[in-house]
Amino acid sequence: MALRMWASSTANALKISCSSKPNVSLAFSLSRCFSTVLDGLKYANSHEWVKHEGPVATIGITDHAQDHLGEVVFVELPEQGGSVSQGKGFGAVESVKATSDINSPISGEVVEVNSKLSETPGLINSSPYEDGWMIKVKPSSPSELESLMGPKEYTKFCEEEDASH
Amino acid sequence: RHHSQPAIVPQLHLLQTATAFSRSCSRPPLPSSPAIVPPLPSLPPHPADHSSSLLHQQLGKENPTWNSGSDSKMLIPQTKNIGLPLMNLMRFKGLPILQQLHIEEQLLRTSSENWCIVNDGTNDPTIVIGVSGKPAELLEIESVLDDQVPVIRRFTGGGTVIVDHGTVFVTFICNKEAVPNLQPYPRPIMSWSSSLYSKVFQGIGDFHLRENDYVFGNHKFGGNAQSITKNRWIHHTSFLWDFNVQNMSYLKHPKRAPAYRSARSHLDFICRMKDYMPRSTFMDKTVEATETQFSLRPIQLEAIRTCSEAEFCPSSRFLTNEELDAAAVALQS
Repeated sequence: MALRMWASSTANALKISCSSKPNVSLAFSLSRCFSTVLDGLKYANSHEWVKHEGPVATIGITDHAQDHLGEVVFVELPEQGGSVSQGKGFGAVESVKATSDINSPISGEVVEVNSKLSETPGLINSSPYEDGWMIKVKPSSPSELESLMGPKEYTKFCEEEDASH
Repeated sequence: RHHSQPAIVPQLHLLQTATAFSRSCSRPPLPSSPAIVPPLPSLPPHPADHSSSLLHQQLGKENPTWNSGSDSKMLIPQTKNIGLPLMNLMRFKGLPILQQLHIEEQLLRTSSENWCIVNDGTNDPTIVIGVSGKPAELLEIESVLDDQVPVIRRFTGGGTVIVDHGTVFVTFICNKEAVPNLQPYPRPIMSWSSSLYSKVFQGIGDFHLRENDYVFGNHKFGGNAQSITKNRWIHHTSFLWDFNVQNMSYLKHPKRAPAYRSARSHLDFICRMKDYMPRSTFMDKTVEATETQFSLRPIQLEAIRTCSEAEFCPSSRFLTNEELDAAAVALQS
Protein backbone atom coordinates (compact mmCIF):
# COMPACT_ATOMS: atom_id res chain seq x y z
CA MET A 1 0.00 0.00 0.00
CA ALA A 2 2.76 2.41 0.95
CA LEU A 3 4.73 1.65 -2.21
CA ARG A 4 1.66 2.14 -4.40
CA MET A 5 1.02 5.44 -2.70
CA TRP A 6 4.64 6.42 -3.27
CA ALA A 7 4.36 5.54 -6.93
CA SER A 8 1.15 7.45 -7.46
CA SER A 9 2.45 10.38 -5.48
CA THR A 10 5.60 10.41 -7.58
CA ALA A 11 3.53 10.33 -10.75
CA ASN A 12 1.47 13.21 -9.47
CA ALA A 13 4.55 15.15 -8.56
CA LEU A 14 6.06 14.59 -11.97
CA LYS A 15 2.86 15.74 -13.61
CA ILE A 16 2.95 18.81 -11.43
CA SER A 17 6.46 19.70 -12.42
CA CYS A 18 5.70 19.19 -16.10
CA SER A 19 2.51 21.20 -16.18
CA SER A 20 3.57 24.01 -13.94
CA LYS A 21 4.24 27.43 -15.35
CA PRO A 22 7.79 28.07 -16.54
CA ASN A 23 8.54 30.60 -13.85
CA VAL A 24 7.44 28.26 -11.07
CA SER A 25 9.52 25.21 -10.49
CA LEU A 26 8.19 22.57 -8.21
CA ALA A 27 10.54 19.95 -6.96
CA PHE A 28 9.35 17.27 -4.65
CA SER A 29 10.83 15.59 -1.69
CA LEU A 30 9.83 12.26 -0.31
CA SER A 31 9.48 11.59 3.34
CA ARG A 32 10.40 8.27 4.77
CA CYS A 33 6.71 7.80 5.50
CA PHE A 34 6.08 7.66 1.73
CA SER A 35 3.76 10.65 1.61
CA THR A 36 4.58 13.32 -0.94
CA VAL A 37 5.61 16.70 0.38
CA LEU A 38 6.07 19.44 -2.18
CA ASP A 39 8.60 22.22 -2.14
CA GLY A 40 7.20 25.69 -2.56
CA LEU A 41 4.25 25.08 -0.26
CA LYS A 42 3.68 25.82 3.40
CA TYR A 43 2.08 23.37 5.78
CA ALA A 44 -0.10 23.44 8.89
CA ASN A 45 0.21 20.93 11.71
CA SER A 46 -3.35 19.86 10.92
CA HIS A 47 -2.10 18.66 7.52
CA GLU A 48 -3.34 21.36 5.17
CA TRP A 49 -1.10 22.99 2.58
CA VAL A 50 -1.12 26.48 1.18
CA LYS A 51 0.45 27.78 -2.04
CA HIS A 52 0.82 31.53 -2.07
CA GLU A 53 1.03 33.03 -5.56
CA GLY A 54 0.70 36.79 -5.69
CA PRO A 55 -2.64 38.00 -4.33
CA VAL A 56 -4.15 34.51 -4.02
CA ALA A 57 -3.38 31.51 -1.86
CA THR A 58 -4.60 28.02 -2.75
CA ILE A 59 -5.42 25.58 0.04
CA GLY A 60 -5.89 21.84 0.21
CA ILE A 61 -5.02 18.83 2.34
CA THR A 62 -1.74 17.00 2.10
CA ASP A 63 -0.92 13.60 0.74
CA HIS A 64 -0.30 12.43 4.32
CA ALA A 65 -3.81 13.52 5.29
CA GLN A 66 -5.60 11.95 2.35
CA ASP A 67 -3.72 8.72 2.86
CA HIS A 68 -4.74 8.53 6.51
CA LEU A 69 -8.32 9.58 5.85
CA GLY A 70 -9.06 6.98 3.21
CA GLU A 71 -11.30 7.30 0.19
CA VAL A 72 -13.00 10.68 0.25
CA VAL A 73 -16.68 10.41 -0.69
CA PHE A 74 -17.98 13.87 0.10
CA VAL A 75 -16.54 17.36 0.57
CA GLU A 76 -18.23 20.29 2.28
CA LEU A 77 -16.74 23.67 1.38
CA PRO A 78 -17.59 27.28 2.19
CA GLU A 79 -19.19 29.62 -0.28
CA GLN A 80 -17.30 32.11 -2.35
CA GLY A 81 -17.18 35.42 -0.52
CA GLY A 82 -17.02 33.78 2.89
CA SER A 83 -14.12 34.23 5.25
CA VAL A 84 -11.69 31.79 6.78
CA SER A 85 -9.53 32.17 9.89
CA GLN A 86 -6.17 30.64 10.60
CA GLY A 87 -6.54 27.42 12.55
CA LYS A 88 -10.33 27.36 12.31
CA GLY A 89 -12.45 24.89 10.38
CA PHE A 90 -13.75 25.92 6.97
CA GLY A 91 -15.15 22.69 5.70
CA ALA A 92 -15.10 18.94 6.05
CA VAL A 93 -14.37 15.79 4.12
CA GLU A 94 -16.20 12.52 4.57
CA SER A 95 -14.24 9.30 4.26
CA VAL A 96 -14.94 5.79 5.50
CA LYS A 97 -17.52 6.50 8.19
CA ALA A 98 -16.06 9.77 9.35
CA THR A 99 -16.48 13.44 8.67
CA SER A 100 -13.23 15.29 9.35
CA ASP A 101 -12.85 19.02 9.74
CA ILE A 102 -10.52 20.88 7.40
CA ASN A 103 -8.81 23.83 9.04
CA SER A 104 -7.51 26.89 7.24
CA PRO A 105 -3.76 27.54 7.42
CA ILE A 106 -4.36 31.26 6.90
CA SER A 107 -7.03 33.92 7.28
CA GLY A 108 -8.71 35.65 4.39
CA GLU A 109 -11.60 35.88 1.96
CA VAL A 110 -12.65 32.90 -0.11
CA VAL A 111 -12.39 33.97 -3.76
CA GLU A 112 -12.86 30.61 -5.44
CA VAL A 113 -14.06 27.14 -4.49
CA ASN A 114 -13.19 23.96 -6.38
CA SER A 115 -16.55 22.97 -7.79
CA LYS A 116 -15.17 19.74 -9.27
CA LEU A 117 -14.99 18.26 -5.79
CA SER A 118 -18.76 17.97 -5.47
CA GLU A 119 -18.91 15.50 -8.37
CA THR A 120 -15.44 14.01 -7.96
CA PRO A 121 -14.39 14.13 -4.31
CA GLY A 122 -11.81 11.42 -5.02
CA LEU A 123 -9.60 14.08 -6.63
CA ILE A 124 -8.46 14.80 -3.11
CA ASN A 125 -7.03 11.29 -2.92
CA SER A 126 -5.62 11.08 -6.44
CA SER A 127 -4.29 14.64 -6.72
CA PRO A 128 -4.16 16.31 -3.30
CA TYR A 129 -1.84 19.12 -4.41
CA GLU A 130 -3.26 19.81 -7.87
CA ASP A 131 -6.75 18.86 -9.02
CA GLY A 132 -7.81 18.23 -5.40
CA TRP A 133 -7.29 21.86 -4.31
CA MET A 134 -10.17 23.06 -2.15
CA ILE A 135 -10.36 26.84 -1.90
CA LYS A 136 -8.52 29.92 -3.07
CA VAL A 137 -8.20 32.71 -0.57
CA LYS A 138 -7.15 36.35 -0.63
CA PRO A 139 -4.94 36.42 2.47
CA SER A 140 -5.83 39.08 5.02
CA SER A 141 -2.59 38.66 6.99
CA PRO A 142 0.20 37.41 4.73
CA SER A 143 2.57 37.29 7.71
CA GLU A 144 0.59 34.25 8.93
CA LEU A 145 2.44 32.22 6.32
CA GLU A 146 5.61 32.64 8.32
CA SER A 147 4.13 30.68 11.19
CA LEU A 148 3.58 27.64 8.97
CA MET A 149 6.00 24.81 8.33
CA GLY A 150 8.20 24.49 5.29
CA PRO A 151 8.52 21.17 3.42
CA LYS A 152 11.43 19.79 5.43
CA GLU A 153 9.85 20.72 8.74
CA TYR A 154 6.52 19.22 7.69
CA THR A 155 8.19 16.02 6.48
CA LYS A 156 9.85 15.65 9.86
CA PHE A 157 6.55 16.44 11.59
CA CYS A 158 4.80 13.63 9.68
CA GLU A 159 7.57 11.18 10.45
CA GLU A 160 7.46 11.99 14.15
CA GLU A 161 3.69 11.76 14.21
CA ASP A 162 3.65 8.38 12.50
CA ALA A 163 6.54 7.07 14.61
CA SER A 164 4.90 7.99 17.87
CA HIS A 165 1.69 6.10 17.07
CA ARG B 1 -42.52 17.62 9.78
CA HIS B 2 -44.12 16.89 13.12
CA HIS B 3 -42.47 14.58 15.54
CA SER B 4 -43.41 13.42 18.97
CA GLN B 5 -42.17 15.49 21.85
CA PRO B 6 -39.83 13.75 24.25
CA ALA B 7 -41.84 11.79 26.77
CA ILE B 8 -39.27 11.89 29.53
CA VAL B 9 -37.09 14.16 31.61
CA PRO B 10 -38.99 17.46 31.49
CA GLN B 11 -36.56 18.98 33.98
CA LEU B 12 -33.53 18.70 31.80
CA HIS B 13 -32.54 22.16 30.69
CA LEU B 14 -30.17 20.89 28.06
CA LEU B 15 -32.89 18.71 26.60
CA GLN B 16 -35.24 21.68 26.32
CA THR B 17 -32.42 23.70 24.86
CA ALA B 18 -31.70 20.97 22.34
CA THR B 19 -35.36 20.92 21.32
CA ALA B 20 -35.34 24.70 20.98
CA PHE B 21 -32.28 24.41 18.76
CA SER B 22 -34.03 22.01 16.46
CA ARG B 23 -36.92 24.42 16.04
CA SER B 24 -35.15 27.75 15.92
CA CYS B 25 -31.99 27.06 13.98
CA SER B 26 -32.22 27.26 10.22
CA ARG B 27 -29.43 25.87 8.07
CA PRO B 28 -26.74 25.08 10.60
CA PRO B 29 -23.51 26.99 10.21
CA LEU B 30 -20.51 25.35 8.60
CA PRO B 31 -17.56 24.89 10.93
CA SER B 32 -16.06 28.08 9.55
CA SER B 33 -18.80 30.25 10.96
CA PRO B 34 -17.36 32.32 13.76
CA ALA B 35 -20.23 31.54 16.14
CA ILE B 36 -19.18 32.06 19.70
CA VAL B 37 -19.12 28.67 21.31
CA PRO B 38 -17.99 28.91 24.89
CA PRO B 39 -16.89 25.71 26.56
CA LEU B 40 -19.33 23.91 28.78
CA PRO B 41 -18.95 24.86 32.42
CA SER B 42 -16.18 22.91 34.08
CA LEU B 43 -17.34 19.97 36.07
CA PRO B 44 -16.42 19.46 39.70
CA PRO B 45 -12.94 18.08 40.34
CA HIS B 46 -12.73 14.38 39.70
CA PRO B 47 -11.55 12.47 42.75
CA ALA B 48 -8.44 11.35 40.90
CA ASP B 49 -7.68 14.73 39.44
CA HIS B 50 -5.90 17.21 41.64
CA SER B 51 -5.46 19.90 39.03
CA SER B 52 -9.02 20.47 37.81
CA SER B 53 -10.47 23.87 37.15
CA LEU B 54 -12.84 25.70 39.43
CA LEU B 55 -16.20 24.32 40.35
CA HIS B 56 -19.07 25.92 38.45
CA GLN B 57 -21.88 23.48 38.73
CA GLN B 58 -23.14 21.25 41.42
CA LEU B 59 -23.45 17.57 40.76
CA GLY B 60 -27.04 17.46 41.89
CA LYS B 61 -27.00 13.82 42.76
CA GLU B 62 -24.58 11.68 44.68
CA ASN B 63 -21.70 10.63 42.59
CA PRO B 64 -21.25 6.94 43.24
CA THR B 65 -17.48 7.18 42.82
CA TRP B 66 -17.23 9.26 45.98
CA ASN B 67 -17.24 7.77 49.44
CA SER B 68 -18.76 9.96 52.10
CA GLY B 69 -17.10 10.29 55.44
CA SER B 70 -19.36 9.09 58.21
CA ASP B 71 -19.47 12.18 60.44
CA SER B 72 -18.50 15.01 58.16
CA LYS B 73 -19.43 16.21 54.73
CA MET B 74 -15.88 15.62 53.51
CA LEU B 75 -15.74 13.30 50.56
CA ILE B 76 -12.99 10.76 50.36
CA PRO B 77 -11.89 10.20 46.82
CA GLN B 78 -11.29 6.75 45.46
CA THR B 79 -7.77 6.32 44.22
CA LYS B 80 -7.89 3.10 42.27
CA ASN B 81 -7.91 4.78 38.87
CA ILE B 82 -5.30 7.45 39.41
CA GLY B 83 -3.15 7.68 36.31
CA LEU B 84 -5.88 6.83 33.80
CA PRO B 85 -7.35 9.66 31.76
CA LEU B 86 -10.68 10.91 33.02
CA MET B 87 -13.93 10.22 31.21
CA ASN B 88 -17.43 11.33 32.10
CA LEU B 89 -20.15 8.71 31.74
CA MET B 90 -23.78 9.57 31.02
CA ARG B 91 -26.40 6.87 30.85
CA PHE B 92 -29.87 7.34 29.44
CA LYS B 93 -32.85 5.15 28.77
CA GLY B 94 -35.11 5.99 25.89
CA LEU B 95 -33.59 9.42 25.20
CA PRO B 96 -34.86 10.64 21.83
CA ILE B 97 -32.12 10.17 19.26
CA LEU B 98 -32.16 13.79 18.10
CA GLN B 99 -31.50 14.95 21.67
CA GLN B 100 -28.69 12.43 21.96
CA LEU B 101 -27.12 13.74 18.76
CA HIS B 102 -27.44 17.35 19.92
CA ILE B 103 -25.78 16.57 23.24
CA GLU B 104 -23.01 14.67 21.46
CA GLU B 105 -22.27 17.41 18.97
CA GLN B 106 -22.24 20.02 21.71
CA LEU B 107 -19.84 17.97 23.80
CA LEU B 108 -17.60 17.33 20.81
CA ARG B 109 -17.43 20.97 19.84
CA THR B 110 -17.49 22.78 23.16
CA SER B 111 -16.19 20.48 25.89
CA SER B 112 -12.56 19.75 26.59
CA GLU B 113 -13.28 16.55 28.50
CA ASN B 114 -13.71 12.92 27.49
CA TRP B 115 -17.21 11.42 27.46
CA CYS B 116 -18.96 8.12 27.18
CA ILE B 117 -22.69 8.11 26.52
CA VAL B 118 -24.88 5.02 26.73
CA ASN B 119 -28.50 5.34 25.62
CA ASP B 120 -30.61 2.26 26.20
CA GLY B 121 -33.10 2.52 23.35
CA THR B 122 -34.77 5.53 21.82
CA ASN B 123 -38.43 6.42 22.04
CA ASP B 124 -39.79 6.54 18.48
CA PRO B 125 -38.66 4.59 15.42
CA THR B 126 -36.51 7.07 13.53
CA ILE B 127 -34.41 6.90 10.40
CA VAL B 128 -30.98 8.48 10.79
CA ILE B 129 -28.87 9.21 7.71
CA GLY B 130 -25.25 10.34 7.60
CA VAL B 131 -24.09 13.87 6.96
CA SER B 132 -23.94 13.48 3.19
CA GLY B 133 -26.68 10.92 2.72
CA LYS B 134 -29.06 11.42 -0.19
CA PRO B 135 -32.55 10.43 0.98
CA ALA B 136 -33.77 9.39 -2.46
CA GLU B 137 -30.90 6.93 -2.82
CA LEU B 138 -31.17 5.56 0.70
CA LEU B 139 -34.86 5.47 1.53
CA GLU B 140 -38.16 4.22 0.16
CA ILE B 141 -39.42 7.78 0.40
CA GLU B 142 -43.07 7.12 -0.47
CA SER B 143 -43.38 4.62 2.39
CA VAL B 144 -41.48 6.91 4.74
CA LEU B 145 -43.84 9.78 3.94
CA ASP B 146 -46.98 7.64 4.02
CA ASP B 147 -46.09 6.25 7.43
CA GLN B 148 -44.65 9.55 8.68
CA VAL B 149 -41.40 8.04 9.85
CA PRO B 150 -39.12 10.82 11.11
CA VAL B 151 -35.82 11.20 9.24
CA ILE B 152 -32.79 12.83 10.83
CA ARG B 153 -29.59 13.93 9.11
CA ARG B 154 -26.86 13.52 11.73
CA PHE B 155 -23.56 15.36 12.02
CA THR B 156 -21.33 12.32 11.59
CA GLY B 157 -20.43 10.40 8.46
CA GLY B 158 -21.47 6.90 7.55
CA GLY B 159 -24.63 5.18 6.47
CA THR B 160 -28.31 4.87 7.25
CA VAL B 161 -30.00 3.22 10.19
CA ILE B 162 -33.51 2.93 11.53
CA VAL B 163 -33.43 3.03 15.30
CA ASP B 164 -36.03 2.35 17.97
CA HIS B 165 -36.41 1.01 21.49
CA GLY B 166 -34.43 -2.09 20.45
CA THR B 167 -31.33 -0.07 19.61
CA VAL B 168 -28.57 0.48 22.17
CA PHE B 169 -26.30 3.46 21.53
CA VAL B 170 -22.75 3.81 22.79
CA THR B 171 -20.68 6.91 22.11
CA PHE B 172 -17.11 7.92 22.88
CA ILE B 173 -16.01 11.53 22.65
CA CYS B 174 -12.29 12.02 23.26
CA ASN B 175 -9.46 14.48 23.10
CA LYS B 176 -6.92 13.31 20.57
CA GLU B 177 -4.38 12.61 23.32
CA ALA B 178 -6.84 10.64 25.44
CA VAL B 179 -5.93 7.26 24.00
CA PRO B 180 -2.14 6.81 24.00
CA ASN B 181 -0.57 6.25 20.57
CA LEU B 182 -3.87 6.70 18.73
CA GLN B 183 -3.80 8.83 15.58
CA PRO B 184 -7.03 10.83 15.17
CA TYR B 185 -8.05 9.29 11.85
CA PRO B 186 -10.99 7.06 10.97
CA ARG B 187 -9.27 3.69 10.76
CA PRO B 188 -7.16 3.90 13.93
CA ILE B 189 -10.18 5.08 15.90
CA MET B 190 -12.28 2.28 14.45
CA SER B 191 -9.56 -0.21 15.35
CA TRP B 192 -9.36 1.11 18.92
CA SER B 193 -13.10 0.87 19.42
CA SER B 194 -13.21 -2.66 18.06
CA SER B 195 -10.49 -3.73 20.50
CA LEU B 196 -12.62 -2.34 23.33
CA TYR B 197 -15.67 -4.28 22.18
CA SER B 198 -13.54 -7.39 21.69
CA LYS B 199 -13.25 -7.42 25.47
CA VAL B 200 -17.03 -7.12 25.78
CA PHE B 201 -17.73 -9.98 23.37
CA GLN B 202 -14.78 -12.16 24.24
CA GLY B 203 -15.61 -15.72 23.35
CA ILE B 204 -19.05 -14.77 22.10
CA GLY B 205 -20.39 -15.18 18.64
CA ASP B 206 -17.17 -14.73 16.62
CA PHE B 207 -17.26 -10.96 17.14
CA HIS B 208 -15.03 -8.77 15.06
CA LEU B 209 -14.79 -5.58 13.11
CA ARG B 210 -15.57 -6.34 9.47
CA GLU B 211 -14.67 -3.41 7.22
CA ASN B 212 -16.37 -0.74 9.38
CA ASP B 213 -19.14 -2.78 10.99
CA TYR B 214 -19.35 -4.87 14.12
CA VAL B 215 -20.34 -8.40 13.18
CA PHE B 216 -20.94 -11.81 14.59
CA GLY B 217 -19.51 -14.00 11.85
CA ASN B 218 -20.58 -12.11 8.76
CA HIS B 219 -23.78 -10.65 10.16
CA LYS B 220 -23.79 -7.00 11.15
CA PHE B 221 -25.21 -5.96 14.48
CA GLY B 222 -23.46 -2.64 15.05
CA GLY B 223 -22.99 0.37 12.76
CA ASN B 224 -20.36 3.03 13.36
CA ALA B 225 -19.90 6.67 12.53
CA GLN B 226 -17.38 9.33 13.44
CA SER B 227 -16.63 13.00 13.36
CA ILE B 228 -13.07 14.26 13.75
CA THR B 229 -12.17 17.83 14.63
CA LYS B 230 -8.77 19.43 15.05
CA ASN B 231 -8.22 18.15 18.59
CA ARG B 232 -11.10 15.77 19.34
CA TRP B 233 -13.10 12.97 17.88
CA ILE B 234 -16.37 11.17 18.37
CA HIS B 235 -17.05 7.53 17.59
CA HIS B 236 -20.63 6.40 18.04
CA THR B 237 -22.30 3.10 17.44
CA SER B 238 -25.87 1.94 17.12
CA PHE B 239 -26.22 -1.66 18.24
CA LEU B 240 -29.11 -3.79 17.00
CA TRP B 241 -30.00 -5.49 20.21
CA ASP B 242 -33.35 -6.11 18.58
CA PHE B 243 -35.13 -4.73 15.55
CA ASN B 244 -38.49 -4.69 13.85
CA VAL B 245 -38.39 -6.54 10.54
CA GLN B 246 -40.98 -4.26 8.99
CA ASN B 247 -38.88 -1.18 9.71
CA MET B 248 -36.09 -2.45 7.50
CA SER B 249 -38.36 -2.10 4.51
CA TYR B 250 -37.98 1.70 4.67
CA LEU B 251 -34.31 1.39 3.75
CA LYS B 252 -33.03 0.79 0.24
CA HIS B 253 -29.98 -1.28 -0.49
CA PRO B 254 -27.28 1.41 -0.36
CA LYS B 255 -25.06 2.21 -3.32
CA ARG B 256 -22.02 2.23 -1.06
CA ALA B 257 -22.11 -1.07 0.76
CA PRO B 258 -19.29 -3.07 2.29
CA ALA B 259 -17.92 -5.85 0.11
CA TYR B 260 -18.71 -8.51 2.69
CA ARG B 261 -22.40 -7.69 2.41
CA SER B 262 -22.29 -9.53 -0.93
CA ALA B 263 -25.55 -7.98 -2.10
CA ARG B 264 -27.53 -9.58 0.73
CA SER B 265 -30.86 -8.09 1.67
CA HIS B 266 -31.13 -6.28 5.01
CA LEU B 267 -32.63 -9.26 6.78
CA ASP B 268 -29.93 -11.62 5.50
CA PHE B 269 -27.19 -9.15 6.36
CA ILE B 270 -27.99 -8.11 9.93
CA CYS B 271 -28.53 -10.00 13.16
CA ARG B 272 -29.78 -9.29 16.66
CA MET B 273 -27.45 -8.90 19.62
CA LYS B 274 -30.19 -10.32 21.85
CA ASP B 275 -29.40 -13.73 20.41
CA TYR B 276 -25.90 -13.45 21.90
CA MET B 277 -26.00 -11.40 25.08
CA PRO B 278 -28.50 -9.92 27.54
CA ARG B 279 -29.00 -6.20 27.13
CA SER B 280 -27.91 -5.12 30.60
CA THR B 281 -24.88 -7.43 30.39
CA PHE B 282 -23.79 -5.71 27.20
CA MET B 283 -24.04 -2.23 28.72
CA ASP B 284 -22.33 -3.25 31.95
CA LYS B 285 -19.51 -5.01 30.15
CA THR B 286 -19.03 -2.01 27.88
CA VAL B 287 -18.64 0.24 30.90
CA GLU B 288 -16.25 -2.25 32.48
CA ALA B 289 -14.15 -2.43 29.31
CA THR B 290 -14.04 1.36 29.20
CA GLU B 291 -12.88 1.44 32.81
CA THR B 292 -9.76 -0.48 31.87
CA GLN B 293 -8.62 2.58 29.93
CA PHE B 294 -10.35 5.50 31.60
CA SER B 295 -11.25 6.65 35.07
CA LEU B 296 -15.02 6.93 34.74
CA ARG B 297 -17.13 9.52 36.50
CA PRO B 298 -20.91 9.15 36.22
CA ILE B 299 -22.54 12.47 35.36
CA GLN B 300 -26.19 13.42 35.35
CA LEU B 301 -27.43 15.48 32.44
CA GLU B 302 -28.51 18.29 34.78
CA ALA B 303 -24.85 18.92 35.52
CA ILE B 304 -24.04 20.06 32.00
CA ARG B 305 -26.05 23.18 31.48
CA THR B 306 -25.47 25.49 28.56
CA CYS B 307 -24.85 29.16 29.29
CA SER B 308 -27.50 30.30 26.87
CA GLU B 309 -29.58 28.83 24.09
CA ALA B 310 -27.97 30.88 21.36
CA GLU B 311 -24.38 29.87 21.76
CA PHE B 312 -24.21 26.53 20.02
CA CYS B 313 -26.34 25.42 17.11
CA PRO B 314 -26.12 21.68 16.50
CA SER B 315 -26.39 20.55 12.91
CA SER B 316 -28.29 17.26 13.31
CA ARG B 317 -31.89 17.92 12.34
CA PHE B 318 -35.10 16.44 11.07
CA LEU B 319 -35.60 16.53 7.32
CA THR B 320 -38.88 18.19 6.42
CA ASN B 321 -41.70 16.70 4.40
CA GLU B 322 -40.88 19.22 1.71
CA GLU B 323 -37.28 18.11 1.52
CA LEU B 324 -38.25 14.45 1.25
CA ASP B 325 -40.89 15.24 -1.37
CA ALA B 326 -38.38 17.22 -3.38
CA ALA B 327 -35.86 14.37 -3.17
CA ALA B 328 -38.46 11.90 -4.44
CA VAL B 329 -39.40 14.20 -7.33
CA ALA B 330 -35.76 14.79 -8.26
CA LEU B 331 -35.15 11.06 -8.39
CA GLN B 332 -38.05 10.51 -10.75
CA SER B 333 -37.02 13.28 -13.14
